[in-house]
Amino acid sequence: MTTTEKPQEFNVVGTRPIRHDGVDKVLGRALYGADIRLASMIYGAVLRSPHAHAKITRIDTSKAEAMPGVFAVMSGKDMPLVASGALDLGETVDDTAFTSDRIMAHSKVVYKGHPVAAVAAIDSNTGLEALKLIEVEYEVLKPVITLEDAMAPGAIVIHEGLIGSDLGEQVKNTNIAVHNRLEFGDPEAAFDQSKTVIERTFIISRAHQGYIEPHASTAFWAPDGKITVWTTTQAPFGVRKTISALLNQPLSNIKVTPTEIGGGFGGKIPVYLEPLAAVLSKKAGRPVKIQMDRRAVFEASGPGPGGTVKVKMGVDDKGKITAATADIRYGAGAYPGASIGAAASGIFACYEVPNVRVDSYDIVINMSKTAAYRAPGTPQATFASETLVGELCEIIGMDPMEFHLLNASKEGTRRPDGPLFPRVGNEGCLLAIKGSDHFKSTLEPSAEGKLRGRGMASGYWNGIGNKSSVTINVNEDGLVSLIEGNPDIGGTRTTIAMQAAEILGLPAEDVHPAVGDTDSIGYSDLTAGSRTTYATGTAAIEAARMVIDEMKKRVAMIWETEYENIEHIDGMFISKVAPDQKFTFKEAAGKLGQTGGPVALTGTVNVRGSGGGSFGTHLVDVEVDPDTGKVEILRYTAAQDAGKAVHPSYVEGQFQGGAVQGIGWALNEEYYTSEDGVMINSTFLDYRMPTSLDVPMIDTIIVEVPNVNHPFGVRGIGETSIVPPAPAVANALADAIGARLYQTPMNPGRILEALAAKQSGK
Amino acid sequence: MTQIPEQQFVHKVPVQCTLNGQSTEFLAAPYLSLLEILRETLGLTGTKEGCNDGNCGACTVNVDGRIVDSCLMLGVEAQGKNIETIEGVAPAGGLHPLQQAFLEEAALQCGICTPGFLVSAKALLEAEPNADEHRIRLWLAGNLCRCTGYDKIIRAVEKAREEMK
Repeated sequence: MTTTEKPQEFNVVGTRPIRHDGVDKVLGRALYGADIRLASMIYGAVLRSPHAHAKITRIDTSKAEAMPGVFAVMSGKDMPLVASGALDLGETVDDTAFTSDRIMAHSKVVYKGHPVAAVAAIDSNTGLEALKLIEVEYEVLKPVITLEDAMAPGAIVIHEGLIGSDLGEQVKNTNIAVHNRLEFGDPEAAFDQSKTVIERTFIISRAHQGYIEPHASTAFWAPDGKITVWTTTQAPFGVRKTISALLNQPLSNIKVTPTEIGGGFGGKIPVYLEPLAAVLSKKAGRPVKIQMDRRAVFEASGPGPGGTVKVKMGVDDKGKITAATADIRYGAGAYPGASIGAAASGIFACYEVPNVRVDSYDIVINMSKTAAYRAPGTPQATFASETLVGELCEIIGMDPMEFHLLNASKEGTRRPDGPLFPRVGNEGCLLAIKGSDHFKSTLEPSAEGKLRGRGMASGYWNGIGNKSSVTINVNEDGLVSLIEGNPDIGGTRTTIAMQAAEILGLPAEDVHPAVGDTDSIGYSDLTAGSRTTYATGTAAIEAARMVIDEMKKRVAMIWETEYENIEHIDGMFISKVAPDQKFTFKEAAGKLGQTGGPVALTGTVNVRGSGGGSFGTHLVDVEVDPDTGKVEILRYTAAQDAGKAVHPSYVEGQFQGGAVQGIGWALNEEYYTSEDGVMINSTFLDYRMPTSLDVPMIDTIIVEVPNVNHPFGVRGIGETSIVPPAPAVANALADAIGARLYQTPMNPGRILEALAAKQSGK
Repeated sequence: MTQIPEQQFVHKVPVQCTLNGQSTEFLAAPYLSLLEILRETLGLTGTKEGCNDGNCGACTVNVDGRIVDSCLMLGVEAQGKNIETIEGVAPAGGLHPLQQAFLEEAALQCGICTPGFLVSAKALLEAEPNADEHRIRLWLAGNLCRCTGYDKIIRAVEKAREEMK
């Protein structure tokens, strides 16, 4: 079944205006988290645990308190003890007690970099000196770093209070927070009847989002109990809720102003510094700013989880998938919450699989708690499933493109976690790649004896809808200001404003968007889950429709006719009964004062689901130097379903950025961790993200299969693009070197090992 | 009221330099980096801190025609130097062709790395007005961007290169 609809025509949506906040950003005037400067502001610094697992036996802060220039010192005893409970942050649900403990240790440290105390001082260097005067004694415990150690019988238990859930059964004394299973059909019986079945185990590295802006938060706790926070976050309302829950303060006493945000990719959803800045501010009576340094960002914020994924897939004699199973194990870090749910629902989402079982495990280890990282959990799982498909195609002698097309999930296919897909663009992306110049081109052999190969992979991200608010104020000059509650992490002010402009009949430039603080805009869920352009855009459309409706009433009043007689066509208000009566939006806006006052209206939505999510297919050519194992990306094409691209340049940018992040994860990025649980490569020198010299231009193909769930057909597109790169690169490497790698990063050492193993006939 | 112990002050060094075309004088504690001086002492927060160890390029400034990570240079070393930061890139009342091209080509997403890229790219095009894609990629390899995948940044620099001819 395939539903189609007549393509809509747009005036603003689909064009490429200059982003509204662009001038401030190219001038260096935009204010990010660390750029906040307030009168009498002082500077916080955080003392972090050198151990990954230890009991705190003594903390003495008296010398730091006595140091000149120090205004306040805090430790775990200054954080209220909060009961365990659900902290719903819109996309993820954390535990309040664990969150409090994660932000500032109370009695035990469970990851290297765990905050144990903090100071506020006249400047940051004084603060750093004061940290040296804080005496902390630890009883060092053996850290649990590997999944094997964490899951072993008799394992050291990190949290005595953790109640695990094993297929719904409560388990005590465990590091396995969750074991879930999704299944339908009878995979074992189907494997028995399959022509070919293969099973492989993959290891995926823990990888950091690598946003260039470190976390930075400023707070002022006023004597009347009001707490004002300026912070770089994807979730200002989540910060408000977290501070309220952790510090036992009324929600509405807290105002969170999101600053400009220098990248997040999921890593700026959790709260780290805000409650510490607030507590220090209360003690000092001054605003307190705290910035993380890069080492703390790597060691103590939340990267995406690493882990192991075992995949098994069977096919019949035509190459049709008969069954697939997976066993997904992720290291959550020191508190539960690795993104196993999305991993389980996404791992086989690109295929029609009649018999499925997916087990997934959320495992606590002594490293910092992982966070969402762009399509959380899915790149890791898809590295396994799509690399396995590549090898399966080799074994059965089938072209991967034909395999994908034969087995592609489509409208009506059941995803492993239950829902049937509505109209989606999986096949559309495959066909777009198949029709591309890149796919049709021949990969010429290297002239210098280097090894070349081509690979493809698909990927999926569902995303979320949820709650958003948008307020539109009509100004007397006929322009409108638009306030929304989603931090603009990559051009969403503009994509939201464009959707309002489309309804209002205005050019994009005439809508002036701003991101409001939590007191000045209605509740809005976080900037994450590929939801901002999609769900907040829906709220903008709702608000714009309300504005047009109200203006029709006002125009009817001026023309002394009934509301029903007013039409709004091509940006003009027209009278059906007197066709020569016409107002432009600007003309009507100028008359609002005489017709009942200003028009300022808020659209609010709670969008259910994503409308089926966004599929993507990537194609890559690589060249391997057999002497050094170095990989060069020669050519890259990314196709993805955008539903309807609101601003095509920023859609392309998401495809390109995700592709390069994925290439980094594929080839270089990992946490080198000592046996003591210490990350050894916690700098950008050693945690090697792609530079401009490491990648070519990334060609993009925007596929548009309209989303049934959005008025303009828009899909959330920000995350899918990081899903296909690692398996696409793995498949290209296999094509190049004639051997397979089952572990990220596929760095030169591993490539040389694979080449050597192949030569020794192993 | 908590008694705050009295602070002892570090002897600060007077530094004179040219900053964004303007004679400038500031007092620098000898241990402060140029980045700290720019951001905290002089209030020029367009220069960003990404890593504070010279690996990301977010704090790139131009010192006597050379691009420098300002986190790796002491403030006192600015004595007698001609320094340009992102705040000095645009002509009065307008934008530099690079800034305009970054906007037109959508070469920024979050924008935190943008000031560093602009300062670096301006120095490149002033030194090599005909820099090709490879030269641009090589020159900008000291500036990390995690959002764009670099494609649109390279295109923007190429566009500005043509504009500046």
